Order: sequence, then C-alpha cells, then structure tokens
Amino acid sequence: MLLFGVFVAAVGKDPLEVYQLIYAGGFGSGFAWQNTLSRAAPLILTALCVALPAQAGTMVIGAEGAVVLGGLAAAVTGYAVGDASPLVVKLAMAAAGMLIGGLWIAAAGALRQYRGVNETISSLLLTYIAIALFNHLVEGPLRDPASLNKPSTPPIGSANMLGALPGLDVHWGLGLGAIFCIATYVLIYHTTWGFAIRVAGGNARAARLVGLSVDRLVIAAFFLGGAAAGLAGMIEVAAVHGSANASLIAGYGYAGILVAFIARHNPLAILPVAVLVGGISASGGMLQRRLDMPDATVLVFQGLAFLTILASEALYGRLKLFGHGARA
Amino acid sequence: MADDSRIEGRRRVLRAALATGALATIPGLIPRALAQSKLVIGVIYVGPKDDYGYNQAQAQAAAVIRKMPGVTVIEQEKVAETMDVQKVMASMIEQDGATLIFPTSFGYFDPHVLRVAEKYPKVRFAHCGGLWTKGKHPANTGSYFGYIDECQYLDGVVAGMTSKTKKLGFIAAKPIPQVLRNINAFTMGARSVDPSVTTRLIFTGDWSLPVKEAEAANTLIDQGVDVVTCHVDSPKVIVEAAERRGVYVCGYHASQATLAPKGYLTGAEWNWVTPYTEHVKAAQSGQPMNNFLRGGLKEGFVKTSPYGKSSSEAARKKADAVKGEMTKGGYAIFKGPLKDNTGKTVIATGSAHQQTDPVLEQMNYLVDGVIGKI
Repeated sequence: MLLFGVFVAAVGKDPLEVYQLIYAGGFGSGFAWQNTLSRAAPLILTALCVALPAQAGTMVIGAEGAVVLGGLAAAVTGYAVGDASPLVVKLAMAAAGMLIGGLWIAAAGALRQYRGVNETISSLLLTYIAIALFNHLVEGPLRDPASLNKPSTPPIGSANMLGALPGLDVHWGLGLGAIFCIATYVLIYHTTWGFAIRVAGGNARAARLVGLSVDRLVIAAFFLGGAAAGLAGMIEVAAVHGSANASLIAGYGYAGILVAFIARHNPLAILPVAVLVGGISASGGMLQRRLDMPDATVLVFQGLAFLTILASEALYGRLKLFGHGARA
Repeated sequence: MADDSRIEGRRRVLRAALATGALATIPGLIPRALAQSKLVIGVIYVGPKDDYGYNQAQAQAAAVIRKMPGVTVIEQEKVAETMDVQKVMASMIEQDGATLIFPTSFGYFDPHVLRVAEKYPKVRFAHCGGLWTKGKHPANTGSYFGYIDECQYLDGVVAGMTSKTKKLGFIAAKPIPQVLRNINAFTMGARSVDPSVTTRLIFTGDWSLPVKEAEAANTLIDQGVDVVTCHVDSPKVIVEAAERRGVYVCGYHASQATLAPKGYLTGAEWNWVTPYTEHVKAAQSGQPMNNFLRGGLKEGFVKTSPYGKSSSEAARKKADAVKGEMTKGGYAIFKGPLKDNTGKTVIATGSAHQQTDPVLEQMNYLVDGVIGKI
C-alpha cells in the first residue's frame, strides 16, 4: 500500500484520493459490491483449476484452455439440445463444459504421470492449442452463418440462460463457484480421498509405498481442476454471452493463477481472495474515470500488493522482490 | 447494503475489509455530485486509447466533444467484451451519472449493451458498428458507422499509382464482411488506375497480434510488395515495419503519418466527431436519438490522411478527382461486372450497389486481383 502511494505520488496524483477511490469503486456501496462480486465469479473457478492440482504437488497454469473449450462444448451442447426443458439444457451444458475442461487438463496430468512431461509447460502449451482449435471451430464448422462480423456459434436461446442470484445483480456463476469451492474444500481436507491426494502431492514415493495409486489420484485432481475451469467457461456462455465467440478468451484462466497462489491453494481461501481481486479490478475503472489515470495503474497496484504478500512468505530476499514490484 | 451481510457471515477476511470500510466513512464515497445540468458522457474502449488505431480514432472524437459546453466526458480503456463492459457501463451510470454512453467496440453490442440498455431505459447507448435494427433493438440504443471503404478505394488509387513492383500487400485480422469490403475496395482502387496491379493478402487471425503483423509485413515485403496497408486494431507495427524496410504504406483507423515520415502515402481514417457531435446535441436538447447513423466521405464520417511527401502529384490529382465524385454522392464502388478471384461473377453487369446497400454487409468474396483465400 505504501509503495503504491509513493508510485501514485510520483505520477502526480494524491495518494489518499486514489485509495479512497479504490475503496469506493470496489467496496464502497451496494452497487460496488455487486460489481466486485461479478468480477470475482469466474476467477473462483479458474483458481480452483490451479489449486486442485497444486494439492497433488503439481503446478498447472493452463486453465484458460479449459475455460475456452469448456465454454465451446457448453455452447454447442446448449444449441443441440435447445428444445429440451431449460433445466435439462443447463445441466447438459454444465456437464459438457466440465467434461471437456476436465479431460483437457487431465491430458496434461496423464502426460506428466505416464510420459514425464512437465505439467506446467504442457498445460500452458495446451492452452495455445485450445485457443487455436476454438478459433478454428467458431470461425469454421461451428459458425452461425448469421453472425457476420463477429463469428459465433448459434445462440443457445434466452430461455436457457442462467439468471441472476436472487436479490442481486450478480449471475449464478458466483453461487456455483462458491459451492464448488466448499465442496472441494471438504473433499480435500475432510475425506480420505483428499488426504490421499495430499499425501501423493507431499511425497509421491511415500504414497506409493503405502499402496496409493498416485497416477490415478493426480490425474483425478487434474480432471477436477479442469472441470472447474470448464464450468467457468460454461457459465460465461450461459450467463453472459449466450453463445461461444472470441470474447470467451478473456484471460480469466490466467487471473485465476494469481488468485490460487494468494489463497495458498486452499479452496476456501480462494473465495475472499477472488473477491479482493475482483474489487481491485472494479475500482480500476473508477481511477480511470475520475482521475484520468491509465488502466495500468491498477495493474501496478495489484502487482505490488501481491508481490508484497508473496514476498512476506519468504523471509529473505525481500529487498530484491520489492525492487521488482516497483518496476512492475 | 443488505446483500453484504450474508457474504460477511461467510468470510472472515471480508469482515475485516468491511470494518476498515466502516472506519473510513470518508465523505466523497457517494457518487460525486456532478452538476445536474451537465451532460455526463462515458466512452469505453476495448484497447489502449493511444494505440495509433481503432481506439485512438474514437478517443480523438471524445477529446473534441469534451470541449463542447455543458459536457463532462469520462473514459475507460482496455475494457473486455465480457461482464466487464456491462459493469463498466453500469458503473458510469450509477457512480458517475452518465446519461450518454459510447461503447466503441464492435463486440460490446450483443449481448452487453442490449442487456444494460434494458436495465437503464433513460440512458442512451451509441454503439460503433452498425448492428442496430429497428423493431428488434431498444430505442435507447443505436449504432453509428462509416463507409471507410471509400477511403480504402482512394488509398488504392494512390498505391496503384505509386507501386513500381505492381504488388500491393494487405494485412487483415479476420475474414469478416467489413474487412473483406476494405480489401476489395483497396484492390479495386488500385486496379482502376493500373489493371496489372495485384494485392497479396495475409490474415493474422485476430485483431491485435503485433508479432504476427510484423512477420506478415516482412513476408509481404520479401515477396516484392512495395505498398502495404492493413485492417487490424493498431496498424502501428505494420507501419513501422514498412518504414524500416523502405517501402510505402497507407494507414488505417487514425493517422500513422508520424510513424513513417518517409513512406506514408495517405490513409483511411475515421472521423467520429460527426456522429459523436450529433448524439451529444440530441442528448442535450432532449430529442430522441438517431438510432442508425451512417455516412461516408460526403457526410464526414470518414476522411483520408493528408498526403505524405512520397505520394506523387499525379497520384494526388487522380485520387482527389475520385474523391470529388464520392463527396458528390451516389458513387458506387461495387458495381457490375465484378468477378471474384476465382473467376465467378459476383455482381452482374448493369447492377450497382450503393454504399447503403445491406448486401455489401454480407460480403463473402475477394475480388479479382486479390491473391489470397478466405
């Protein structure tokens, strides 16, 4: 916070006013809260895509690919079964999104367990493949001929869209994300299966010695994480866009990495962290509109805040990290 | 803040945040009381507003209306075509009191603008892109767009007169009707002065891919192309690459003349001040908004960049003559007989499409002389 104040003063704005606006824009009113929560919703699920494999001792950064393909699968499914009752359509869409997202990330898990391919690299590279595949399909075979200047899949129909949470102007993605978080928290920390995953993540050899099927556990954790990200894609389609198009590639998958790390991969901690990140990005607009500050200001703030948090976990080398932060 | 209590119960961290919030009940957190009589206008950009391209063209118009009396302009850049833009529009309305909004990116309209417009029927939404349809879309939304293919045609005339290798290069984002129309107009302009000219075309696949754009420019120049132009969000790297390689270039969206003092011939620019001003005036006087604003050179929606020093006298004269006819009105760029680059007739002899013809907005072909595929 202090560092950011120095930065703000350096560009010639009053730091106190900036703090005030960040607060007002993110958390200062009922409206600001809803703004914040809407932005937090997709991050919760994509953060899980990092946090769950991390429980198994791995580092997956390819949630974006699962979001994009999960969204596409959901949009295609929604259109295909569009005549069924809305509840069935929504469930089918969610299932399709989670399945495809899950398989996509599980592929990175399988590559790791059976072929020794580093999962960080493979999941990132899979994201590029996912986006290329997505663009090809949306602009080619799956394109709705009526979408002239913005290639999209055919719309799923407004009856099949996800609505807002009761009493709020925030779509159901937030609710589903929260449920998913709590469920995985219970799964990881309060079941033997979750314990097994953590053992496998802590020491794979020890886990094998006590007879755990490490390969299967790890891949299952990958699948669950991918399913969360795929669900995020489905929600973007079902609650926001109504079809799959290039707007789906919005970087939620990457923002989720940040959230997962700050939450130290604890599914429950992801909720408040996602809200915090959502709030900061909501307030970014306020800074631009009121003070004519560039969009990058908020990125600097975010970078500084998170580097500080991460740096404080490490006892040494703090000065070096702060130096990076100031330049971010 | 009834909604907050339930979240608060669940999350300890939030409770702390709220506590600090309660301490910091600083005056000024409530929407800034902007003078009632002032019209607050929100402008939203999908990228940085100094991108030498699409967003800059919009920002230039915003800078002009900012100076109009009784107007406050608030701007926000780099807003994604997701929930993000819906929330930004709502924030501008709720927190800043905006009553006229220019969501300038094509992808903002459906579903984002439509959904927010429904929620705020008293706020006007002027969207850039030309998607508004009577009877289908709410009356407080509208679209404005320009026939920039006219300027592309003029660029083509100048390029055709300038090229020595008779090879022009076009770098385009996506094979969608709007882009195809520009590629075709540019090529037809060039071939109107020299039928032996051809245009080599490269699609990059997306609106902003600087590395690919630079590669495409280099590839084209390696093939002997000596005039380059483009249709991407920011032509910056393409113009710079052309200048570095010593070939000519035509700009797009805004003027990139300062990036290529030697090779810049002319460019196709938006002149959004015209529709912006009309919307602002209507909002100020309380007249219903004009939901469908369109225009070309004649109406002042588009303009060409001032000729660069490498464009010859003859080329300027030729282009100015065509421009004169266009500003008179009734000039049709797309008229028969017109063949596509596979030899198929796309417009029959004797038929001509006026600029306003919706058929042109479904263009799905490349004209004869374009070397490339959709």
